[in-house]
Amino acid sequence: MEHVSELVDWSRAQFALTALYHWIFVPLTLGLSFIIAIMETVYVKTNDEWWKKTTQFWMTLFAINFALGLATGIIMEFEFGTNWSNYSWIVGDIFGAPLAIEGIMAFFMESTFFAIMFFGWNKVSKKTHLLSTWLVAIGSNLSALWILIANGWMQHPVGMTFNPDSARNEMVDFWAVVLNPNAYSKFLHTISSGYVLASLFVIAVSSWYLLRGREIKFAKRSIIVAASFGMITSLYMLASGDESAHQVALNQPMKLAAMEGIYRGEERQGLVAAGILNPAKTIGDDKLDTFLVKVEIPYVLSVLGYHSLDAFVPGVNDLVYGNAEHKIMSVSEKMVVGKEAVSALGEYKVAQKANDEIAKQEAFKHFEASEKYLGYGYLKDPKEAVPDMPLVFYSFHTMVGLGSFFIFMFFMILYNSMTGDILKQKWLLLLGVLGLPLGYVAQEAGWIVAEAGRQPWAIQDMLPVHMATSNIAAGNVMITFWMFAVIFTALLIAEVSIMTKQIKIGPEGH
Amino acid sequence: MKLLRSIVLFYKDGFVSMRLGKKLWLIIAIKLFILFAVVKLLFLPNVLDEKFKTEKEKSEYIMNSLTNSK
Repeated sequence: MEHVSELVDWSRAQFALTALYHWIFVPLTLGLSFIIAIMETVYVKTNDEWWKKTTQFWMTLFAINFALGLATGIIMEFEFGTNWSNYSWIVGDIFGAPLAIEGIMAFFMESTFFAIMFFGWNKVSKKTHLLSTWLVAIGSNLSALWILIANGWMQHPVGMTFNPDSARNEMVDFWAVVLNPNAYSKFLHTISSGYVLASLFVIAVSSWYLLRGREIKFAKRSIIVAASFGMITSLYMLASGDESAHQVALNQPMKLAAMEGIYRGEERQGLVAAGILNPAKTIGDDKLDTFLVKVEIPYVLSVLGYHSLDAFVPGVNDLVYGNAEHKIMSVSEKMVVGKEAVSALGEYKVAQKANDEIAKQEAFKHFEASEKYLGYGYLKDPKEAVPDMPLVFYSFHTMVGLGSFFIFMFFMILYNSMTGDILKQKWLLLLGVLGLPLGYVAQEAGWIVAEAGRQPWAIQDMLPVHMATSNIAAGNVMITFWMFAVIFTALLIAEVSIMTKQIKIGPEGH
Repeated sequence: MKLLRSIVLFYKDGFVSMRLGKKLWLIIAIKLFILFAVVKLLFLPNVLDEKFKTEKEKSEYIMNSLTNSK
């Protein structure tokens, strides 16, 4: 058991490291592609060569980010086969279609429109070039859609059935998988966060120029585009975050309880805007306060989560121990049902070996009746169903806090840019530079909320992470973890040094 | 044929005239080599493909894992 726990921890750490690193590049690609397309549209409309130069400069930084980020996601696919072979076998049929579509789309987009975007200046017409730039932006965002459909399925598995003959979840309804509401809310929230990060990137670089008294015209124009884009998309991000929270409330109530630090559920539940969790508080304990300090907005979580002022928002204790009044099953009860599902699978296997069709059908009926809680059959303790509360709570509040701050920041920067006062406001320019690292912190925090918040599940309610791992030595995973840490650090240093060198050269020297 | 030639020329001219792009392509090539020739082959093999030859063997192994939990 100790080996399994160590293996799961290292496998999760390695996957988290890879995903967090991959996620440094992706959101900037998603957002910067649109900012470039907007700038080039202005160039085509106005015929002003300044806008062409501006577009080309940001396009160069886009290319650096794209090149350094390229293929970092593929390591996760390798890790599926090595560290998560049980999981990848079980989900293979579901993941195959979206990931294949993503791969084909990315290949065609990158080899054609990407080439026109970079090689096509003065070789194709302005309008064809502009169309290619827009198609790169749309295509890269659509690539993200397919990845997030796959991820959304793990958070809320739909449109499939488990086939005990192949030991696989098989797709029975492609459209249910593609139109999974969890995937769409996740997609919209994710891409809009990418737009916000790209806006912060453009503002940070431009603010740095203004603080140094360089590239004034270029930086001012870039800031206006980025702050306008950032203002609109950050407001949309707020709205899409609301829909994301609603989906989490419906399908992953334990995650919502961890995000908000709720132990005991209540009707008309307030939203904790900020707070410090009481470290002495444990699951099941009803005496200690959950927070040492908190700022709460009354009723808001019931409204956001369930779109009703009076809605009951369950806490961790309600979900672990059950709540008869609100018809919530306890984890122990779900574990009993889950063990019946596991046992039915065992019966099916025996009947299959004996070639007994009637017994097989009987076992499959038993399985279908209890399949919904299959994953709980692999838990040893009801408390295992609870994610790491402090990690999820603080990550969520970091993300939301920074997201709200960015709206204010975009507004201030846009206002001062429009009134022509931006050069006088040094503090605002410093804030503009500081906004970029904060943007990355918010991005990574959001990823932690989504993925650490759904623990212990690899597939929600169906497959806990310890059942998803391969039977390999934990030491091997640990070695590759450190190897990746070195490779990723080297690549990141390369990215930052090439990027900063190009920024220092500036648009004039481009 | 003329179209194909102009497409090839388009890409050729584009690659030849690259400045920073050459450095980026070099990084991409090194990275892909490390990922596919080193990481994938030596450190991250597909465990099921290595252990089993047929799909049936793989599914039996997974069913055993699911019914004999760790």
